Amino acid sequence: MTAPKISLRGVTKAFGDKQVLRGIDLDVAVGESVVVIGGSGTGKSVLLKCILGLMQPDAGSIKIDGEETANLSDSEREHVMRKFGMLFQGGALFDSLRVWQNVAFGPIQSDGMTPAKAHEIAIAKLGNVGLAPDIGELFPSELSGGMQKRVALARAIAREPEIIFFDEPTTGLDPIMADVINELIVKCVNALGATAVSITHDMASARKIGHRVAMLYEGKLIWQGPVADIDHSGNGHVEQFIHGRADGPIQMQVRRL
Amino acid sequence: MTIPLVTQLGRMTLALLATIGAVSAFAWQALRRTVQPPYYRRQILRQMLEIGYYSLPVVGLTAIFTGMVLALQSYTGFARFSAESAIPNVVVVSLTRELGPVLAGLMVAGRVGAAMAAEIGTMRVTEQIDALKTLSTDPFKYLVAPRLIAGVVTLPILVLIADIIGVMGGFLVGVYKLDFNDATYLRNTVDFLQFQDVLSGLVKAAVFGFLITLMGCYHGYTSKGGAQGVGIATTNAVVSASILILTANYFITEAFFAL
Repeated sequence: MTAPKISLRGVTKAFGDKQVLRGIDLDVAVGESVVVIGGSGTGKSVLLKCILGLMQPDAGSIKIDGEETANLSDSEREHVMRKFGMLFQGGALFDSLRVWQNVAFGPIQSDGMTPAKAHEIAIAKLGNVGLAPDIGELFPSELSGGMQKRVALARAIAREPEIIFFDEPTTGLDPIMADVINELIVKCVNALGATAVSITHDMASARKIGHRVAMLYEGKLIWQGPVADIDHSGNGHVEQFIHGRADGPIQMQVRRL
Repeated sequence: MTIPLVTQLGRMTLALLATIGAVSAFAWQALRRTVQPPYYRRQILRQMLEIGYYSLPVVGLTAIFTGMVLALQSYTGFARFSAESAIPNVVVVSLTRELGPVLAGLMVAGRVGAAMAAEIGTMRVTEQIDALKTLSTDPFKYLVAPRLIAGVVTLPILVLIADIIGVMGGFLVGVYKLDFNDATYLRNTVDFLQFQDVLSGLVKAAVFGFLITLMGCYHGYTSKGGAQGVGIATTNAVVSASILILTANYFITEAFFAL
């Protein structure tokens, strides 16, 4: 077996006295798509941001292609960042820039590409996510939520990253648009041959885009397995989560007013 | 009231020191990365336009009325002991040394500092700053550095223009209302003006430009928690910049003229 693309060992992170991650171990193979599921506020986003380097874990090791990245400084991190693409939950498009400039941002600002060449690439990437070239001249605020997500996806794949992260890619979209985005994600990841890590609480999305599923609960990955096994995981927490039941081993902590 | 006064005092002191430390660390990071390439020239030009050109109307209006009221006020005072001839000098020295930089600084703090905190704060809470990082772009170099450079370069120019407009305001009131001879007024303006008067004003302007943009960027960059957080950041940016301007103004004046 080849070395994993991403390898996490004992990653912990706390905010004040709130322990969010309590020792995460996770391996993602080259070209594999792993989906991390879990309830709101269980630390899925924190986990993603630690791998991306937007947050520093308190302890543990995060290796990308065998290189330790948990304690890199900002300047050392840039060449690692080059391997990453990220689709943010709210899109995080730059609202002062036109759509094509958003998609071309990485190629122009970081890779030093000429604007004309980057414009060409941006239009091509917009085509990949099913958007017409004239959309490129609009500003992000003029687009619907689904279209913004597509533009954000086009931006995430514009530099042809080796690893792509998806933060709740279908949240806030109607079921049909959610499925459109899921299919685009599968298509784009396959076309690039990229490794993918997604976080979601949308089971339809998880089944569609994941090869493997890991469930995050109380700061630990309590179950991992192929997506086909998820319906007979034998784990009460997973069963409860995928069927969306209020009763079960997971008790929502609702504070009484 | 279960918390003793001493405890409260201690907490406030600690909070103040923590803030000073955080701002200093931010300023150090910003300065260090401002001098390192890459430089985003388009961003610098955009910010210079925003801080300088678009502030001209509001700063110009402030300056002209300040010059006018200075001439009028000093006349009512100086006429009591027949010292009207000092009016042009009073107007130009007050403007170049104090009122030009301070009033322009406060106006720009309200206009530009607030806008910066709101823009960067919104970028923070909508994850656009994280997005910059994932696109291998240093937000300090892309967002903060261009604003700091534009602030330090543009504010002195703005203040120089404000000085000229302010003197013109005083001239208009002097000649058309207080019956000064126009040539005499101008001669009295120029004759007693020292280079140091103007220079100290421009140094102040550069420092204020740095403080305004630093506060706008710091409060925007560290804002959290959605629309409310951005609102707080905006208020803090304007209030802290204004206080810092007035404080720094005293110390720069002392450094220049205390001897």
